[in-house]
Amino acid sequence: MRLPRHPSLIIGLAATAVFVALALLSLVWTPYPIAQIDIARRFQGPSGAHWLGTDFFGRDMASLVMSGTLTSFTVAAAAVVIGAGLGVPLGLAAAIWRGPVEWLILRGSDFVFAFPALVVAILITALIGPGAINAVVAIGVFNIPVFARVARGGALTVVSLDFVAAARLAGLSNAAIARRHLLPNIMGLVIVQATIQLALGILAEAGLSYIGLGTQPPATSLGLMLRDAQSLFVLHPFLSLVPGLVIIVIVIALNLAGDGLRDALDPRLKPVESAA
Amino acid sequence: MSLVEVANLSIAFGALQAVDGIGFAIGKGERFGLVGESGSGKTLTALAIAGLLPETARREGTIRFDGAPLPHDERALARLRGKRIGMVFQEPMTALNPLMKVGRQIGEALALTKAGGDIGALLTEVGLLPTHGERYPHQLSGGQRQRVMIAMALASAPDILIADEPTSALDLVTQAKVLDLIAALCDRRGMALMFISHDLKAVARLCTRVAVLQRGRMVEAGETASVFGAPGDGYTRRLVAAARMQLPEIAHGSPGGVLVATRGLTRRFRQPGSWPLPGKPLTAVDKVDFAVRTGESIALVGPSGCGKTTLARILVGLDTANAGSIAFDGRVYHGADLSPDLRRDLSLVFQDPFSSFDPRMSVAQSLAEPLRLLDGLPPEMHRQRLAENVAAVGLEPAMLTRFPHEFSGGQRQRLAIARALMTRPKFLVLDEPVSALDLSVRAEVLALLMRLKADYGLTYLVISHDLDMVAAIADRVLVMQAGRIVEEGKPAELFTNPRHEMTRELVAARLPAVG
Repeated sequence: MRLPRHPSLIIGLAATAVFVALALLSLVWTPYPIAQIDIARRFQGPSGAHWLGTDFFGRDMASLVMSGTLTSFTVAAAAVVIGAGLGVPLGLAAAIWRGPVEWLILRGSDFVFAFPALVVAILITALIGPGAINAVVAIGVFNIPVFARVARGGALTVVSLDFVAAARLAGLSNAAIARRHLLPNIMGLVIVQATIQLALGILAEAGLSYIGLGTQPPATSLGLMLRDAQSLFVLHPFLSLVPGLVIIVIVIALNLAGDGLRDALDPRLKPVESAA
Repeated sequence: MSLVEVANLSIAFGALQAVDGIGFAIGKGERFGLVGESGSGKTLTALAIAGLLPETARREGTIRFDGAPLPHDERALARLRGKRIGMVFQEPMTALNPLMKVGRQIGEALALTKAGGDIGALLTEVGLLPTHGERYPHQLSGGQRQRVMIAMALASAPDILIADEPTSALDLVTQAKVLDLIAALCDRRGMALMFISHDLKAVARLCTRVAVLQRGRMVEAGETASVFGAPGDGYTRRLVAAARMQLPEIAHGSPGGVLVATRGLTRRFRQPGSWPLPGKPLTAVDKVDFAVRTGESIALVGPSGCGKTTLARILVGLDTANAGSIAFDGRVYHGADLSPDLRRDLSLVFQDPFSSFDPRMSVAQSLAEPLRLLDGLPPEMHRQRLAENVAAVGLEPAMLTRFPHEFSGGQRQRLAIARALMTRPKFLVLDEPVSALDLSVRAEVLALLMRLKADYGLTYLVISHDLDMVAAIADRVLVMQAGRIVEEGKPAELFTNPRHEMTRELVAARLPAVG
């Protein structure tokens, strides 16, 4: 893989890495504790002491963004792990067993697709109360059919190749063929889809927190910051702009990385020299 | 004056020199052949003449069409292509729009040339009925689709027809018919032909003059009869020898007892019908009975779609028969219910060496896969068995750590054979074992197969539509048509004195030997 050929991959990965590093840093250090309320210094603009200013409780915005990014990434990544962990095996099973197994899995994913994510999130909240975990479950459930379809589609093109027949001749079971032959050959697709779902997950988490079904105070997330700032938008637009722009930049970075990865991993898009 | 003059043509992609300083001329109405193996640059040469090279290619040298150099302007070039050059490609399914009736596609070609002409007349000229124009590409056979492609190329009444491997996706019988059609059309219309192929016999059948390409260089050119009859260049000599399918004689041992016998083997596929009516079932294999004796080499021949491959898949347990049974060494199975201890005794070599290895696995991993069938074999023997088999097919054990894409087609097919022999099977099914390979390595692989058969006491069932190959390696031939075995006999008798219609057709389609 020649990375210089894919500038979008490098830009996307670098920007993502910066945000991930900031988010991880918030675990051990933030400029100020995020729960520290100090009404006296509220609504300060950016300054040497508070790089991004303070919000209406006088909390340090830079600290909130770092911590909020961590929440957003954690929720989205956990949802991707749930989606890929369950969806990819289901998709592989559909591709290799075909018949009723495939029918059940496909109809199951249609069923999940038919529900808006928000409705399910509200349902979960109604049952067990709001929180980051619930956001993870709600987003993760909707990732499952996405990964199942991607895995099935990729695996269907692989399963008809002769090396799969050769593996059957060698006495491998369907499950072993899926693990040894199908999974490695569709890994590129799954990784690309994971970056896209990570971006969508960050958006979904922001949305759920915004309507109050996601992360709960005193923890924070980018969506929650937006929610807190919305009533003050006319007076203090900066408070909404900061988390809003951070969400936009992270999503763009992830999409760039995903596009770049797809180009780098897809042999059909490789330049001529390596093909000949 | 020549119609097409190519002088000192070089085509490069980055550092890779794909075509290197070739030159030739094609006269008006002349039939010119360009011969070479995959990667020799023959298709690029054709694309250069039509001005269709990919943008990443760098072209040097001159191409003159009817005395004038190829225009640089894309519109003028398109006009030249549309009016004076007709092209036919290898794969007629991907060259036609699947969502458009073929008649309309021909009509489109006609409308673009404004030459005036009639869809029905064109279809009749290429040996189809005017009613075929009402069909979609998937409703036509491979040969019919290629005829449609030719009709589209003829729409502009071109001065030259460039045909790039037009018959290599077709079976033998269809190939002969399409070649005859191209020859007749060139004669009737006084059209020049540039015929690109790796098949020397097809080129010899059609062309009066040939050029031989090897890795972008032209190694020999001249009259067909003299180039193929008395090749001056070493590479041409190798190609001609390979085309003649001369194999070292191997003493055929007298066959032993019956190893494999099928009884009334039948496989039906359900076809999609128009809802709510169920589709008519397609019987791919229809009550097939045959027996193979230990040590025999049996060939199964027939046109494409006659059920050869389905039969092979059932025999090795990749598919299951709807009716009938197979007895292997006296033990009965029906396909996929083949018991694991029997599985190690039969194996299959696939047609396409490029898809028969997992690209993400080292060759050693792929080759070791069948060893799981031998639970008695101690693990330390695995390495030894691998090395032994790789050496047996003429490759180095050190190559085992490499990945499939590092090997050529011929090497991969050798590795596929090594994998098939890992469990030391008694019975090997070979599905078109050399048809995907370049001509010059076919003979080597066949010679290898014959040597391995003697060394390991193997029994072969070879599926092929290449009668020359069959004549060279088979003890007995089964002719299959529409799922049934219609004739059976020794190759020499069968091919000199065919009794069944199908056999006669196959024998008639056999192209004369070159040289």
